[in-house]
Amino acid sequence: MRAAVIVFPGSNCDRDVAVSLRAATGHDPIMHWHADTELPKVDLIVLPGGFSHGDYLRSGAMAAHAPVMREVKARADQGVAVLGICNGFQVLTECGLLPGVLMRNQSLRFICRDVFLRVEATDTPFTAHYAPDQVIRVPVAHHDGNYFADPATLDLLEGEGRVAFRYTDADGTASAAANPNGSRRNIAGVLSANRRVLGLMPHPERLADPLLGGTDGAPLFSALAESLAA
Amino acid sequence: MTEPTPDVIAAHGLNEPEYAEVLNILGRAPNLVELGIFSVMWSEHCSYKSSKKWLKTLPTTAPWVICGPGENAGVVDIGDGQAAVFKMESHNHPSFIEPYQGAATGVGGILRDVFTMGARPVANLNALRFGSPDHPKTRHLVAGVVAGIGGYGNCVGVPTVGGEVNFHPAYNGNILVNAMTVGVAPADRIFYSAAAGVGNPVVYVGSKTGRDGIHGATMASAEFNEDSQEKRPTVQVGDPFTEKLLIEACLELMATDAIVAIQDMGAAGLTSSSFEMASKGGMGVELALDQVPMRETGMTPYELMLSESQERMLMVLKPGREDTARGIFEKWGLDFAIIGRLTDSGRMVLTWHGETVADLPIDPLAQASPEYDRPWVDTPAPAPLDEAALPAHPTWDAALATLIASPDVASRRWIWEQYDHMVMGDTVQRPGGDAAVVRLHGSNRGLALTTDCTPRYCRAHPESGGAQAVAEAYRNLSAVGARPLAVTDNMNFGNPEKPEIMGQFVGACRGMAAACEALEFPVVSGNVSLYNETAGEPILPTPAIGGLGVLEDVERMATIDLKAPGQALVLLGGPEDPEAGWLGQSLYLREVLGREDGPPPPVDLAAERRAGALVRELIAGGACDTCHDVSDGGLLVAVAEMCLAGNLGAELSLGTVQAQFGEDQGRYVVAVPAADAEALIARAAEAGVVARRIGTSGGESLTLAGQPGTLALDRLRALHEDWLPTYMDGSTPSAPDSQE
Repeated sequence: MRAAVIVFPGSNCDRDVAVSLRAATGHDPIMHWHADTELPKVDLIVLPGGFSHGDYLRSGAMAAHAPVMREVKARADQGVAVLGICNGFQVLTECGLLPGVLMRNQSLRFICRDVFLRVEATDTPFTAHYAPDQVIRVPVAHHDGNYFADPATLDLLEGEGRVAFRYTDADGTASAAANPNGSRRNIAGVLSANRRVLGLMPHPERLADPLLGGTDGAPLFSALAESLAA
Repeated sequence: MTEPTPDVIAAHGLNEPEYAEVLNILGRAPNLVELGIFSVMWSEHCSYKSSKKWLKTLPTTAPWVICGPGENAGVVDIGDGQAAVFKMESHNHPSFIEPYQGAATGVGGILRDVFTMGARPVANLNALRFGSPDHPKTRHLVAGVVAGIGGYGNCVGVPTVGGEVNFHPAYNGNILVNAMTVGVAPADRIFYSAAAGVGNPVVYVGSKTGRDGIHGATMASAEFNEDSQEKRPTVQVGDPFTEKLLIEACLELMATDAIVAIQDMGAAGLTSSSFEMASKGGMGVELALDQVPMRETGMTPYELMLSESQERMLMVLKPGREDTARGIFEKWGLDFAIIGRLTDSGRMVLTWHGETVADLPIDPLAQASPEYDRPWVDTPAPAPLDEAALPAHPTWDAALATLIASPDVASRRWIWEQYDHMVMGDTVQRPGGDAAVVRLHGSNRGLALTTDCTPRYCRAHPESGGAQAVAEAYRNLSAVGARPLAVTDNMNFGNPEKPEIMGQFVGACRGMAAACEALEFPVVSGNVSLYNETAGEPILPTPAIGGLGVLEDVERMATIDLKAPGQALVLLGGPEDPEAGWLGQSLYLREVLGREDGPPPPVDLAAERRAGALVRELIAGGACDTCHDVSDGGLLVAVAEMCLAGNLGAELSLGTVQAQFGEDQGRYVVAVPAADAEALIARAAEAGVVARRIGTSGGESLTLAGQPGTLALDRLRALHEDWLPTYMDGSTPSAPDSQE
């Protein structure tokens, strides 16, 4: 699998996700500068976490208009897999590849801690190595992770099985107490209609190494490596 | 040119003898630009004029020290061809006036000190002191400072992995915000600030210069009064996004061979950076101030020289490398301007559209700045604690319930969950333990990091307190299994013109020097913050210590959590008599009995070293992976923290209040398989370390053998975790001894 990680000014999880991709595929991904419109042919495009352009406007809003994004959208339309983590998810909603928006956390504070997620869709190249309804532990680290969409959109997402991950307790219950940021219906990650674009606020790349305290994030990368093998 | 009036001179913070020296150096009266430059260069903040004499007494060398104090940050060899670059710096005054921006720019400034030297920042820490929780401003200041530290560090993408927080009424009008950054660089690629090469271009990069922070260094060198809020415009505004770009652009340029010297623009901005670079290199410099990128129209040379706008660097490039450098900075969207040249005149000549606006000799200004031997008096030794006269002791469980929920012991989770402590993917020990551990990227080695100081000890006996701060840093690093290498110090004190405050400073330096010497734990960088007083009320003397150690294998690392039931809990170090314990200046005395008196616990540096070496051997040899140092609150609090972290109870044998809550120094609790306990105790005896078994892990509560009372883990956890979030929510914390 060939992967490209798009580097925006202010991206800061680009190296972290590259480490996880390398661990899963055995080789380094392409680190692609946002201003370069010549995107090589790849099987996976990753929009990493960070604070693109400082997120001084709405989070992800400036990066959604980066020169390379026109090409990213075109590739997504052709069915190339796109993964947006944290700030990358915000960019995906801002550029229209995924529905909804990510508002300021309900607490109004930045929150960095491990959360539990229930895997709700396993028929995607991202989640094929998880079991249905498996509960995984992965960290969040964001100020704007409060997922919002109107009820009709939320119903549509749920009806089409496009909620990939939901915040839950350790036993898999999607309670209010388990929701770190106020997201509607505890939604942590959503899929595009063709199931080839995934955006999620939690950081699977941060718990994909036993020395960091867990490996529940690793199956996401191993699944991509296997599903998208050329 | 008109001579400045006495009012103007006084407004620049220069006293009569200092102004006389200005006249002597120049042989004429200065103009306003020149007066402004003298003012900031000779401010306490930039010149260390009150503290220099004593800082020189601190040990600063060891075989592994690559660069000690005097550069932007200290540098130590950490093996494998790598160096750690680190420093701690205060941003106290700005943070009290405007907590978010004050704290944020404190983080930004210390990051620049580290990447200026060619190191990629890998971790941030902090040491924070706030006023009493009951003071009306405290909540606002905690919220703002924590959000500011997080807002900056999270955005630049450097994990904030550790720190410490105290509350005390002495900080009501003058909080302390000390920020520390640690970076890693190839040991043979460290960048320094000494300018060299006549004719070489002087280059300005980063953000544009605005009117923010003018006279910040002068503000940080005076006491606060009722009008301090009017100084708000002197607080700078941080832009962490630009800082992130500046880190990447500087490191990219540093990978080429274009740079001769580089220096960040911190306190006193363009003035101190240009003077320091020229002075260290014995050079002169000409700057065309009209070439400086400006954020506002109508700026004057005076403002340009004194602005403390953030995210700016000054470099001297090799001739002909300007285009390489410009290309890199333009790619990252940063300003790049050639603003001058080096000369051999030994003078700084500033021009404005071709007209000379200042002409100053560099050495007298930068190096011959005032140095004072301020009068000082020793802090009187506190009277011994009369334990027989203490009020009645509550039961152990009631006392522990009070302590575990007290402001200085309660969980700091509310704070560190606002910091991204995992970005960069190498945080192998997260906040909440004795020291944070970050893996050296791409290897199995790690850096252990901690910040420590116990100000109540320092006030009672500055010398013991200074030694204790260094020893506790040493202990926290040893407790995770790391070899302590060096420290950075952040000396926060009151008005040095008062002999009793100067005496605190001298005492703390004596204690620190003795501890650094005995523990082979030298000071490689630091910062001094004086005049921390409001309306004549000084802070507690607070020599905050940032310690750095190295772990050869992060898989051989200890953490504080109890990991299995039935393990023996063994106390290493401490008094021979199992019933004894030091209650003077303890948290038990303050929080439970309502008294702040007695002498602080003495620090036996030889015993400290023996215990530290033993603990490190046990961890490195795989004999032990659970260890916690004993500090605030004593032994019972230490074990309670181990229970909470591991979600596992314990039964202990601790007969007396002194044994339960005494704060004797040099102690660790380790957990080992019960069958190994005797061998461990024998091994400790051989190493000259007092050791005894104090209990066993297991169950869902904390109990004391032979004594009534029990504390269920759930209740202990609620007490420990709830205090800070409840306090910050503005609701009244429940009385710590009430039952749910």
